[in-house]
Amino acid sequence: MATFFQQLVNGLTLGSIYALVALGYTMVYGIMELINFAHGDMVMVGALVTLSLTHVLAGLGVPLALALPLSLLGAMAVCMALGWLIERVAYRPLRRAPRLAPLITAIGLSMVIEQVAALLWGRGYLTFSLPVSRVWNLGGVVVTPIQTGVLGLSLLLMWGLLWLVRKTSLGRAMRATAQNPEVARLMGVDTDQVISMTFVLGSALAAVAGLMVVAYYGIGNYTMGFMLGLKAFTAAVLGGIGSLAGAMWGGLLLGVVEALGAGYIGDVTGGLFGSNYKDVFAFLVLIGVLIFHPQGLLGGRAGEKV
Amino acid sequence: MKGVSCRWLVLGGAALILLPFALELLLGNGWVRIVDFALLYVLLALGLNIVVGYAGLLDLGYVAFFAVGAYVYALLNSPQWGLHWPIWIALPAGALLAACFGVLLGAPTLKLRGDYLAIVTLGFGEIIRIFLNNLDSPINITNGPQGIELIDSLHFGSLSLGQMHHVLGLRIPAVVNVYYLFLVVVVLGMVFSHRLERSRIGRAWAAIREDEVAAASMGLNTRNLKLLAFAMGASFGGLSGGLFAGFQGFVSPESFTLQESVMILCMVVLGGMGHIAGVVLGAMLLAILPEALRAAGDWEQMVFGRIWVDPSNLRLLLFGMALVLMMLRRPGGLWPSNARRNELQGQ
Repeated sequence: MATFFQQLVNGLTLGSIYALVALGYTMVYGIMELINFAHGDMVMVGALVTLSLTHVLAGLGVPLALALPLSLLGAMAVCMALGWLIERVAYRPLRRAPRLAPLITAIGLSMVIEQVAALLWGRGYLTFSLPVSRVWNLGGVVVTPIQTGVLGLSLLLMWGLLWLVRKTSLGRAMRATAQNPEVARLMGVDTDQVISMTFVLGSALAAVAGLMVVAYYGIGNYTMGFMLGLKAFTAAVLGGIGSLAGAMWGGLLLGVVEALGAGYIGDVTGGLFGSNYKDVFAFLVLIGVLIFHPQGLLGGRAGEKV
Repeated sequence: MKGVSCRWLVLGGAALILLPFALELLLGNGWVRIVDFALLYVLLALGLNIVVGYAGLLDLGYVAFFAVGAYVYALLNSPQWGLHWPIWIALPAGALLAACFGVLLGAPTLKLRGDYLAIVTLGFGEIIRIFLNNLDSPINITNGPQGIELIDSLHFGSLSLGQMHHVLGLRIPAVVNVYYLFLVVVVLGMVFSHRLERSRIGRAWAAIREDEVAAASMGLNTRNLKLLAFAMGASFGGLSGGLFAGFQGFVSPESFTLQESVMILCMVVLGGMGHIAGVVLGAMLLAILPEALRAAGDWEQMVFGRIWVDPSNLRLLLFGMALVLMMLRRPGGLWPSNARRNELQGQ
């Protein structure tokens, strides 16, 4: 039973990171029906910038309690600028292009970001360790401060985003644009700006997720965004793409499924398959959802706009 | 094809036949090998062109079919299982199994919208790679990350293409033998693609690509047609994989990463989706470019005394930028077909 709860805790931590990244996918998809492949790489950029800034600040003698938030703010600024730039330069001219075009652009962007990161940070693994050695042992289940921090911060951010979308005027403009861009424009909503802001918001969340990933795993690399992005996308589809609450539940659920799956697959199959198949779970979930329930758990809009 | 006169066909054919000898004389055997690999990429690009160019389905896991073909050939022609089957069984078996995988992947996913399809195919490609990497236990099928070695070279009965032959006093080394085989296969693939494009099926694909709802309401069975595109594209990939395994003599999961899928997609997109000549051009360019970049690396070393930008890094960076720029500036590709150009301008 301890294994079960341990994997549950690990899964929830991982899932809350997926949820933060999934929010970025789902916001962009909800508004412009575009899968922004480069979003996973935005997490990588956020992670590596935070990592480097923390090292630089630590080198200057700034205490970690101050250096970490400062680096995070720096990484968020970099990611927000990058997100804005990408939308402006690469996606905006393609709004009326055939569907294949922005998808191909997104793949190209993802490659460019990864390779530039490889040039800047090298191809090796960068380490990042927070000096927290304390762990809490709750009846055999080990919980680290980093895990609680990840969970707490992501819940806070998700709550903040929901508040922003539901209560502020920017949120109302976003919802209007998602429903019908033309009518929203007629009603005086600056849809171009709303789309820019959506990218900026998603990128800021991705930067925070980046910090969480390096803090949790202790390493970062220029390819780290790829698998994470895929899984976050799966989470968004699982929850119902376009739905914010769906992305959160989808993320948490996927994290738990993956952790439990990796924890038990060896026992269930009698050692036939090991935890080296853990990355397969996300894809099986994705394919299963798409076949049997393509609108996802909370997705309302089914079918295609013709 | 009608506009091409007989004389040019003969001249072009003669040039292609003499090319390996000229390359060997001027640049050495290494370049014949590079051209051999380029021909394999042309075959792959032609296959992906059926899926992406004709039917308009974005497949990001295409390399999985290449992998299936390569492993089928490797298993049927290596000490791994102790089998040594003739290539007219091993190659079609690989193509057929790849086509089956295409249908297997397509059947549940093709009713989905295009962008979901892209993600699912990407996931499928990764799943295949993960399985190839891990299927060395409990039963050793793929030999895991080490891959399968000592694969028999391509051979027709007792005539092995992996050895040097002497014909009429001419030395014909292995790479040149293989060049001719690949050339024949690529030409057949081009003719097949060309005929396919102008067939009833090809026109149906174009209709689906341009407007699926309209095509369906005209009575086309869009799901079966899309499955057919997947299966045909996949069989090109499988065939190409078998040739690759026989040529290289060694396969491992390393050769079948997502980057390869994206590279083949780049070839199709840069060359001109749906246009055979464009796709061939794109594949040749991108397959030979890395060699040119390697030279750039040497040049860097000489001028600056160190490597500033790793050539393989630079290659992917350039590919990515090319994809983005092409979509913005020349969505039809470097050499688009006339029909496609008109469609895009009509938008």
